[in-house]
Amino acid sequence: MARHYITTPISPEQAKAIRSGDEVYITGTIYTARDAAHKRMVEDLAAGRPLPFDPRGAVIYYVGPTPPKPGQVLGSAGPTTSYRMDKYTPTMLQQGVKAVIGKGYRGPEVKAALVANGAVYLAATGGAGALLAKRIEEAEVIAYEDLGPEAIRRLRVKDFPAVCINDAHGGDQYRDGQSEWVAPDAMVKPK
Amino acid sequence: MRELHVDQVAEAIANLVMEANYVLEPDVMAALEKARADEPSPVGQAVLQQLVENAELACSERVPMCQDTGNALVFLEVGQDLHLVGGDLSEAVNRGVSRGYVEGYLRKSILDDPIRRKNTGDNTPAFIYTDIVPGDRLRIRVVTKGGGAENMGQLRMLPPSAGWEGARRFIVEAVAAAGPNACPPLLVGVGVGGNFDKVALLAKKALLRPVGQPHPDPEWAAREQDLLTEINKLGVGPMGLGGKVTAFAVHIETMPCHITSLPVAVNIECHAHRHKEVVL
Repeated sequence: MARHYITTPISPEQAKAIRSGDEVYITGTIYTARDAAHKRMVEDLAAGRPLPFDPRGAVIYYVGPTPPKPGQVLGSAGPTTSYRMDKYTPTMLQQGVKAVIGKGYRGPEVKAALVANGAVYLAATGGAGALLAKRIEEAEVIAYEDLGPEAIRRLRVKDFPAVCINDAHGGDQYRDGQSEWVAPDAMVKPK
Repeated sequence: MRELHVDQVAEAIANLVMEANYVLEPDVMAALEKARADEPSPVGQAVLQQLVENAELACSERVPMCQDTGNALVFLEVGQDLHLVGGDLSEAVNRGVSRGYVEGYLRKSILDDPIRRKNTGDNTPAFIYTDIVPGDRLRIRVVTKGGGAENMGQLRMLPPSAGWEGARRFIVEAVAAAGPNACPPLLVGVGVGGNFDKVALLAKKALLRPVGQPHPDPEWAAREQDLLTEINKLGVGPMGLGGKVTAFAVHIETMPCHITSLPVAVNIECHAHRHKEVVL
């Protein structure tokens, strides 16, 4: 299990070097987008409009933060459940996005798209929204402001912590981690 | 007859939704600490350490512990000898939720329509559950429940022939299917019996019991323990990264049911089980 300190944008070589189970600390610019923003971005692409940010080497964080209290950059900002973005993620990866951050299982189409496009799926700790917000230094809404918590924000992060779940080589940390701890007589086995 | 002004209800609810999001109740904090002590997986321990730190930070800085500040679930036990005055009770509850979410800098996650999907801007309407009970008091219990965990719930109308074995397998499979999605370690609420709608409500109400407090009927308490053991064999572990603590506790609530039926519902709650209550 290696540890990677990565500065955005992520190069193809860097993305391929990250293996499932590795710790990743991201510094630089990342973009927030969740369900409604993904739907709109995919519609924009289909209509021939550009994405609200340069996708090449970009990192998308699946988060809908709480509003900042006075004096805060952003409120609490932990990951949301990723499978809801599965329908849109292959399109984002084709555009050059190299990492997406969320939590929870991804479908087979996303795992295949990670391999095909040399990208990684990372998980941040679900629910640790107050703690993760401490790694966010700047936040600015850059698109779809009407979506409120689901608007696209540009975040500047410093050593934002995540674990690689699915890598560009078919590795799967949920499967491996759970297989290691499942009891021999468990009635259901890891998928 | 005792009178209670609904403005007091609104005021109480505004405070409850904020406090629930900032401060983890002692029963949940104790469950997190116990999980950290029990979890043999190093990565699982590291996750639990982060969750304890996160809860402490949220409490000291009065910020939400999780960005998903939830569906506002409001359980009202209304004494039948209580006279609520000054306006409509549901409207007062929603006023309290609105104030709490706006003034508390909580995320507004409720949409006006499931397909049109426009945010209502103040997290209303609340999900209100009302029971009429003896006495002249109003007990208000608020749970702010995240959508990610809520989405992992399942309901099955089993044939009676499935028996407890069938119900048991369905419950464990539902938790396995949720895996890392619902932010384990989990509190697993289970409803058994009733009918299609009541069983879901039972599963949700099971979350109201203090974490780990067993069912009063020893037979059902034993089933809760057995389910917890089975669930913790799955290997899912904290945040699904592998380990032995997939759930803190399993709470079962039961009801009588029809001769044709064996309804079973599973309502999953994440580790950030945010609840607060007050009696007016």
